[in-house]
Amino acid sequence: MMIIGVLKESRADETRVAATPATVVQLIKLGYEVVVEPGAGLRSSFSDQAYREAGATIGDPLAADIVFAVNAPSTEQLDGLSKGATLISILNPRLNPELVSDLSRRPITALAMDAVPRISRAQSLDVLSSMANIAGYRAVVEAANVFGRFFTGQVTAAGKVPPAKVLVAGAGVAGLAAIGTAGSLGAIVRATDPRPEVADQVKSLGGEYLAVETPDVEVSATGYAKEMSDDYNRRAAELYAAQAKDVDIIITTALIPGKPAPRLITAEMVAGMKPGSVIVDMAAANGGNVEGTVPGEAVVTENGVTIVGYTDLPGRLPAQASQLYGTNVVNLMKLMTPNRDGQLVLDFDDVVQRSMTVVRDGDLTWPPPPVSVSATPAAAASTTTPAKPDEKRPVSPRRSLALTGAGAAALFGLAALSPVALRGHLTVFALAIVIGYYVIGHVHHALHTPLMSVTNAISGIIVVGALLQIGHGDNVVTGLSFLAILLASINVFGGFAVTRRMLAMFSRS
Amino acid sequence: MTIETAAQAAYIVAALLFILALAGLSKHETAKAGNTFGIAGMALALAATIALAVDHGINSLGVTLLIVATVIGAAIGLYRAGKVEMTGMPELIALLHSFVGLAAVIVGWNGYLHVEADLGGVEAALLRRQELLGIHSAEVFIGVFIGAVTFTGSIVAYLKLSARIKSNPLMLPGKNILNLGALALFVVLTAWFVIQPQLWLLLVVTVIALLLGWHLVASIGGGDMPVVVSMLNSYSGWAAAASGFLLENDLLIVTGALVGSSGAYLSYIMCKAMNRSFISVIAGGFGIEAGPADDKDYGEHREITAEGVAELLATADSVIITPGYGMAVAQAQHGVAELTRKLREKGVNVRFGIHPVAGRLPGHMNVLLAEAKVPYDIVLEMDEINDDFTGTSVVLVIGANDTVNPAATEDPASPIAGMPVLQVWEADNVIVFKRSMASGYAGVQNPLFFRDNSAMLFGDAKDRVEDILRAL
Repeated sequence: MMIIGVLKESRADETRVAATPATVVQLIKLGYEVVVEPGAGLRSSFSDQAYREAGATIGDPLAADIVFAVNAPSTEQLDGLSKGATLISILNPRLNPELVSDLSRRPITALAMDAVPRISRAQSLDVLSSMANIAGYRAVVEAANVFGRFFTGQVTAAGKVPPAKVLVAGAGVAGLAAIGTAGSLGAIVRATDPRPEVADQVKSLGGEYLAVETPDVEVSATGYAKEMSDDYNRRAAELYAAQAKDVDIIITTALIPGKPAPRLITAEMVAGMKPGSVIVDMAAANGGNVEGTVPGEAVVTENGVTIVGYTDLPGRLPAQASQLYGTNVVNLMKLMTPNRDGQLVLDFDDVVQRSMTVVRDGDLTWPPPPVSVSATPAAAASTTTPAKPDEKRPVSPRRSLALTGAGAAALFGLAALSPVALRGHLTVFALAIVIGYYVIGHVHHALHTPLMSVTNAISGIIVVGALLQIGHGDNVVTGLSFLAILLASINVFGGFAVTRRMLAMFSRS
Repeated sequence: MTIETAAQAAYIVAALLFILALAGLSKHETAKAGNTFGIAGMALALAATIALAVDHGINSLGVTLLIVATVIGAAIGLYRAGKVEMTGMPELIALLHSFVGLAAVIVGWNGYLHVEADLGGVEAALLRRQELLGIHSAEVFIGVFIGAVTFTGSIVAYLKLSARIKSNPLMLPGKNILNLGALALFVVLTAWFVIQPQLWLLLVVTVIALLLGWHLVASIGGGDMPVVVSMLNSYSGWAAAASGFLLENDLLIVTGALVGSSGAYLSYIMCKAMNRSFISVIAGGFGIEAGPADDKDYGEHREITAEGVAELLATADSVIITPGYGMAVAQAQHGVAELTRKLREKGVNVRFGIHPVAGRLPGHMNVLLAEAKVPYDIVLEMDEINDDFTGTSVVLVIGANDTVNPAATEDPASPIAGMPVLQVWEADNVIVFKRSMASGYAGVQNPLFFRDNSAMLFGDAKDRVEDILRAL
């Protein structure tokens, strides 16, 4: 059985912890022993006693086989790790090459929680998503804290209060969380995003999606990507400038992986905002979407607009952030403990585990191979490729026209060759088929069974045939007709009666 | 106005009433009225036909037999309709289809005995003068053929549904050749019979059709029964229409065509719900690729107790129940309804998600839930509820398997790949009621059972639901 150690974070400004009492219980279920550093959870309001009650022991986590942390441990902490230990924390390996090379010189294994590939199977361990969700919520709370008015519109005895207008730039995880939070406080929420497909998600959270008016499809189809993007940026800037004058609060969330954050809001636009307005720049740590953002601080501009540039938004909800981070780690442990026996197994055939591993037993394994569907058979099976759509392509108009034509010709031949006496019957027959098709087309799914029993009763109409044949002299015919009438009557009476019985049972709440 | 014209007028009105009946059944609000229209149409048609029969000089023996047959038939029909368990609906409907099929065979034979057996007779001479004798012979043949296929097909469906014979598909070598051969033979024999209407030809075609009907349905597995039953419904309609042509009776033609096309459309809906080709269903014996025995390791499944489920439900704020045939088998619908009532009283949002092919009959689950007094407005169709599984606290999967199999959307190699399924795995917790870890009708293992958010509750669904009720 392996031991998991939970570190007290070394950074002074870090409030989170990598395991909570609730996640400790789950780790123990997976077969591990858990050792928590004294006071590790204090800033997230989890006492040592709470950890003890969950089944953990309080002690030295550095001696453990597996060490959990939120941020990369300090050099002293890393020096204290035992040989062959596994470190699991946010490492930011893309932007932190010194740390990666330091780790690779140690006889340990290191997994970066922030290097989870973006495939749906791995969503349950994606720390970036879970932290972005919290940050989006907190961004609205910070804005509300500085904003001098209600979010929701009210009609009070002391007069009418208009609702606040919030613009959210970027509808990723953080943006959507912000839209939902601001909406539930009663504000009018608008959102922008270059990806038109997020419009539905924005709407589902009660926001209004503002599309950047792009030129018509003809132009984009010829492939002027650069021009398009310049043109797009110009139109987006016009949109932001117009919105800045109108809204009370702007929350920006735009980030491009591996690049500084795009500048969305210029100083000019900020100057155009109403006094008392608030901007929360969630991209402050990466350079900021807003001109004038000071990372880690809230500043007030000359025209009275507050620009909030806090970079520790998730850490401002420490208990929540710790719980979600801890659950992400537990989900990783579930993945890496296939036998639920407290033995950690690092499976390099699994894209998720491979992508997260920065160092394995002292060997540098960063950067991982790009995740692609066809990388390995195992990977192909695990990434959720949507099932192939039905192979039948929709019938092309020309083909359906040809089919209809052929059918009409066949019908024409049949009718033209049939004797006059039959033609009337064929007409009736053809029309009745069409009516049957249209009448049934709208049947409610719940009524399929009653429909079947009633059509069953109706097809007992065949009794008419037998009725006309019975009793005209021939005894064999009469005998057979007797049997047919009997059978068909069972159908008629039974079918209608059972339909009645069924329909009587359906009731509304 | 003669009796003849009055009867024709009555037939037109009856046909319209039948259309109104089917149209009425498309909505809950008008369904009862629809049934009443159907009854009215039938009463009118019968009255008109009897008047017509009397007008044609039916003898007293005929009248007596007619009344006796109707009374006996009505008694049997009403008795069966009053007694049948809602779980036994599929069997009853299959059996009723077979009656229509047999009646169509008899009407066809009577047509032969009436005309072709007596080529020197009055009727034959009359038809010959109108150049309709050949047509008449063909109609006899077609009517008998469709009727006989419907008859044995329905009997096999009935036996399979009532578990009197095994429901796994029969696999004869070269079954497609057999089916096509039977059809080809039918065409050849029809042509022969038109030229030379001989008794033995009619006998041979009856036997071929009986065998074909038996073979078509025998080669279809139990899980595909909803399609089969609605397909037989359609066949019985075509059989009635063929009899209508034979007797030159427009009412029969209209009614048969209505039933036939509506049944075909219903089968088409079912096929779409299973992502299967309509043609292969009509040809019989689809869905036979049971898939290679996959030795993929899905991991461990997790078990849960009824008390555990009760605890989960007590703290849930939304619950979706997805029933399948297993609920019908275990007669668990009343317990499930009671559970629904209790949870709704506690303010839990309880809804049902019904897959189009759940059960053994189109709409089977809806009827069972209606019987147990579950309000129909919380019983939703797959398309209506599939987006709501995300964010649902608990999903109870009761006796369903293939219709909730994530492999259908995620594993392109799966035999059921592409079949639309209820996406229960999106919910926070999934509880699967099941008797054992055996696979469903498609013979496919269900990765749902091994998901981290799923737990298995083993045992008879009815007992387990009652355990949960006690624990709540």
